Amino acid sequence: MSNEITGAQSLVRALEEAGVDVMFGIPGGAILPAYDPIYDSKIRHILVRHEQGAGHAATGYAQVTGKAGVCIATSGPGATNLVTPLADAHMDSVPVVAITGQVPAPAIGTDAFQEADIRGITMPVTKHNYLITDPADIPRAISEAFYIANSGRPGPVLVDIAKDALQKMTTFSYPKRAELRGYRPQIEPNSESIRDAAALIAQSSKPVFYIGGGVIKANAAKDLLKLAEVVGAPVVTTLMARGAFPDSHPQHLGMPGMHGTVAAVTALQKADLLITLGARFDDRVTGKLSTFAVNAKIIHADIDPAEIGKNRYADVPVIGDLGPTIRALTPAVEAEFKKNKPDFTTWWRQMNSLRTTYPLGYNEPSDGSLSPQYVIERIGQLTGPDAVYVAGVGQHQMWASQFIKYEKPRTWLNSGGLGTMGYAVPAAMGAKVGLPDTPVWAIDGDGCFQMTNQELVTCALNNIPIKVAIINNESLGMVRQWQTLFYQGRYSNTDLNSKRVPDFAKLAEAMGCVGLLCESKSDVDRVIKESNAINDAPVVVDFSVHRDAMVWPMVAAGTSNDDIMIAREMAPDWDSQEL
Amino acid sequence: MAQHTLAVLVENSPGVLARVASLFSRRGYNIDSLAVGPTEDPKVSRMTIVLNLEGHALDQVSAQLFKLVNVIGIQEMQESGSRQRELLFAKVAAKRSEVEALIVGLSAEIVDERDGSCIIQAVASNKDLAELVKKLEKFGIRELVQSGAIAIEFGAKTLAEQTAIETGLATSDTHQQTQDYQN
Repeated sequence: MSNEITGAQSLVRALEEAGVDVMFGIPGGAILPAYDPIYDSKIRHILVRHEQGAGHAATGYAQVTGKAGVCIATSGPGATNLVTPLADAHMDSVPVVAITGQVPAPAIGTDAFQEADIRGITMPVTKHNYLITDPADIPRAISEAFYIANSGRPGPVLVDIAKDALQKMTTFSYPKRAELRGYRPQIEPNSESIRDAAALIAQSSKPVFYIGGGVIKANAAKDLLKLAEVVGAPVVTTLMARGAFPDSHPQHLGMPGMHGTVAAVTALQKADLLITLGARFDDRVTGKLSTFAVNAKIIHADIDPAEIGKNRYADVPVIGDLGPTIRALTPAVEAEFKKNKPDFTTWWRQMNSLRTTYPLGYNEPSDGSLSPQYVIERIGQLTGPDAVYVAGVGQHQMWASQFIKYEKPRTWLNSGGLGTMGYAVPAAMGAKVGLPDTPVWAIDGDGCFQMTNQELVTCALNNIPIKVAIINNESLGMVRQWQTLFYQGRYSNTDLNSKRVPDFAKLAEAMGCVGLLCESKSDVDRVIKESNAINDAPVVVDFSVHRDAMVWPMVAAGTSNDDIMIAREMAPDWDSQEL
Repeated sequence: MAQHTLAVLVENSPGVLARVASLFSRRGYNIDSLAVGPTEDPKVSRMTIVLNLEGHALDQVSAQLFKLVNVIGIQEMQESGSRQRELLFAKVAAKRSEVEALIVGLSAEIVDERDGSCIIQAVASNKDLAELVKKLEKFGIRELVQSGAIAIEFGAKTLAEQTAIETGLATSDTHQQTQDYQN
């Protein structure tokens, strides 16, 4: 029949139908048939240097655009290299579609060359996955994969396709709507829950908005701003929600959690009501769960019913998309406030006192060396709130969440749930591909950078001019901080010697980037401005910083938020606070 | 008693049993028994899962299970509102005449006898089967084979007719807070 095409052509047409404009990947034996039609497709394919880079790039792309990111790899090791970024996207609810080649169907189960059961391997780290052995199933699987990845609580979906299914002939028919009997995310919230939530807000005297990354996924930041102003309560934004509410807003108390502000952590602890929107009571936010916000009633709004009651009982659960939820809650609160407007004056006096007494800050190193916090703060100040900032994992990530001021959603990307070192460079690459006209700064550590920096070659060759700040403290800084605090300064295997080897500036130059070094405070602004002025090549700046700087405040793992420390062996002076 | 029986309708697709097993293993839910089989709809299979939920809320388990894309519907089978049965085979070293007297009134029958050995087949509730096993122990049970429970709700309504389950919101009765831990 003349209208027959190969399974591979069917795959590429399906990806085009799904609206894919870019994908990140590496070819190999089992996926090779797909790379032939990719050669002719209007979809831009970016050849990365490691499949993990493809996965994080797809994540970065999705985080800034809100569209599913796509990565593609071959069977066996190509597919297993995607496992970390898929687990990362799963934990942070990022829509990603991964396409992998599989050995031919007759060879599946024979331990064939480059065979790995990637469907089995990724079951616990994807929202859903497929193994396709019949070419007729390809368009449907792709259509469903994008629908599942993007809808409800977003997440990664993997489609594994046997090589012979890519080679066989088939006809193409793309289902516009995915029909899934067992998958029906609830979008509209129940009106009774909205009324109950509004009533609880009107009865509260110490409410706090506990804002999670779901607000950003739901594109509900503007709706939140309105609701927050109607209610007039303090707002805290979790690590995944930085940018969901403007840092400059007077109601914003900052980030809660292990390295949150004293005001944000204490607001949650002392609240009588948490208005929880798209957050999941993660252990890094709650500290010791049994001592978390013990006097607070909980409104918990989320699109994922399984989050309700998972870690903390919800007095009023609200299931639904946060956009419609917040838009319904706002007039409901206004109506309640007409009957009974609560007075938060005392609550605000307490919170303002904490905020002014314990602002975020840091001490300059006494030896005159460069302060990592200062570097990160200046990058934010000189580049501004319209840029995108992408962090790795560790001290630099926490400082980037604390000392860069975020005003808009989708300007702060990091690996919050899985804590994947090496996330920053490839995710920044994906973000820059998604937003080519926006400055993208990766704030990375010297440890993280050495895990995935090979993607700078990809950036240099494909005109993806990201900027990378290596906060080089020549150690695995956060682990070293824990060794300082909890292991008597026994620095077992955290010294990376990365002020000696590698020479990051030379390494950057070797990869086709501009490489810069900055060792003193007086050079910081000049180097950042120089980096910001370069738009035709990736830039890597090796900021050689003081190695003993620590992230404060800190709630040590497994302890109560009540035991927050503002510096080593220094708790806030609670007696001076009216709480 | 932390034991619950869930009837779960799933799409009859490859890997669905692995998905369910993987979920239970990953989240630390204990399965006492699991039985899968076809239904009146060839596209749908039905699992009957007997769970021992020490430390977990049933609503949370249901909600996690329902997140699986291939899971179509879930319903708890209450003991009072449903019929639940298991199948048992036991091989004992005894003569038919000895066994027959013992199993009277226990929904059991002898389905094989040779070489001084009998096979007893029984279809009964878990509790009755336990009682039968206890009685048979006097002969010495040489081999015991037992299926998981299957269950059906009383009345005209079917599980497939329910378009969605209640999504399983935690109530103060069933909720148990996750234990504190350090990592």
